[in-house]
Amino acid sequence: MINFEYARPADVGDAVRQMAAEPGAKFIAGGTNLLDLMKEDVERPTKLIDITRLPLKEVTQTRDGGLRIGALVPNSDLAWHPLVEKRYPILSSAILAGASQQLRNMASTGGNLLQRTRCYYFYDTATPCNKRAPGSGCSAIDGLNRMHAILGTSDACIAVHPSDMCVAMAVLDAKVHVTGPKGERAIAFADFHRLPADEPERDTNLAPDEMITAVELPARGFPANYTYLKIRDRLSYAFALVSVAAALELDGGVIKEARLGLGGVAPKPWRDTAAEAALAGRPPGEAAFAHAADTVLSGAKGYAHNTFKIDLARRAIVRALTQAASGTPQSQSSKKIA
Amino acid sequence: MAQMGAGARPNGTAVAAPGKMPITLTVNGIATRIEVAPWTTLLDALRDHLDLTGSKKGCDHGQCGACTVLVNGRRIVSCLALAVMQEGATVTTVEGLAKNGTLHPLQQAFIDHDAFQCGYCTSGQLCSGVGLIGEGRARTGDEIRELMSGNLCRCGAYPGIVAAIQQAMERS
Repeated sequence: MINFEYARPADVGDAVRQMAAEPGAKFIAGGTNLLDLMKEDVERPTKLIDITRLPLKEVTQTRDGGLRIGALVPNSDLAWHPLVEKRYPILSSAILAGASQQLRNMASTGGNLLQRTRCYYFYDTATPCNKRAPGSGCSAIDGLNRMHAILGTSDACIAVHPSDMCVAMAVLDAKVHVTGPKGERAIAFADFHRLPADEPERDTNLAPDEMITAVELPARGFPANYTYLKIRDRLSYAFALVSVAAALELDGGVIKEARLGLGGVAPKPWRDTAAEAALAGRPPGEAAFAHAADTVLSGAKGYAHNTFKIDLARRAIVRALTQAASGTPQSQSSKKIA
Repeated sequence: MAQMGAGARPNGTAVAAPGKMPITLTVNGIATRIEVAPWTTLLDALRDHLDLTGSKKGCDHGQCGACTVLVNGRRIVSCLALAVMQEGATVTTVEGLAKNGTLHPLQQAFIDHDAFQCGYCTSGQLCSGVGLIGEGRARTGDEIRELMSGNLCRCGAYPGIVAAIQQAMERS
């Protein structure tokens, strides 16, 4: 690994001031993605600002019935937090679908939002990559692209966002609280991650000197009718080819409200509010679910090796909505798809 | 956080090498003070500074689990942890599982169930299994397999590993 300076800031204000003073610095919390990328020479920070001793480790109830999750809450603690398991089981399930227990013990809530793509060309410094080296070109568009995106791509980048947790947070309408030298602000989850367009090097709308301090969930958690269905090349400890977070509120045999998000198919956690609106007011069933899937995938575009993801996503959406409607969420231990 | 990536520091850019930093760890019950460079991983500190070579460097990228140790009772992969960030922590490696010459129940269970062949992944499997038992979440074989999925065994000793963990869970 390259050498770098190391600092332990005294508080959040000190942390963002140190970041603002050194453009080559990076915050480090769990380090599971950053240190890996540093070993690959993809990330080359001049300084690491260790935020792990800052007081951002609490999960607290908000006044309007929601939950505020400190940025440093480990993924494993969040997945197994009693309030999350009870009121937001879709979030618990999505977290447990990702990584391994060791990595979940290390990885932080804020860091999960900021993890970078696992596109093999992004990792391989011998190949062009617009996300890693802006303007150098995209090796995936005409290269090996089985794992790549079918939605939200651009001519500059077709990499996918790898997070499972973020797909659940997207459908739960989470807010991201951040702090920078200019003060605090909250970013709606849908506006946090970016599509690549012509700036694929920018994964998020976080300013370079801002730090995530918390993620806030609103009161509604859809604990009765939800699922997180993850389809991957092996049964555990692999990134999604396609994943679906589905949550429904049913009322008298009709869908009152639907939430639908996908992972593994786009450069950001992919929530489709048009498909959600199309589900509202209809009875749950194959017809409504297939229509929702078609809505999500109407703009999908496959590349040489990943066109299969379009059909896979269509079927996964129908299956996930069926699981959610019947109140039989996908188990993350028993791999049988119900 | 900035997505500065490689642009923040072009190849060949020199950064003055910071000096080593003193850190204090309790390793396998012994208070230990070492001096490490900031870029030293916990795994390298254990192996190269403390001669605790039970924890293995398999992939060095957090994918194989051979470097799993317990930090403050929780299992982590020590290859993706910086030693300086563990200041004040309690670390248990495979060398610290046996007590007073008696194997940890999970170590004995690994022998009873023939839960290894070449042995390279075993120290990580043991630390991970001890962490799993402490978490108290796994009951069934499916749950053990899922929660042990971060530890690869290329000899394929998985059935023995699952049986060993079940035995140790029943006796703990």
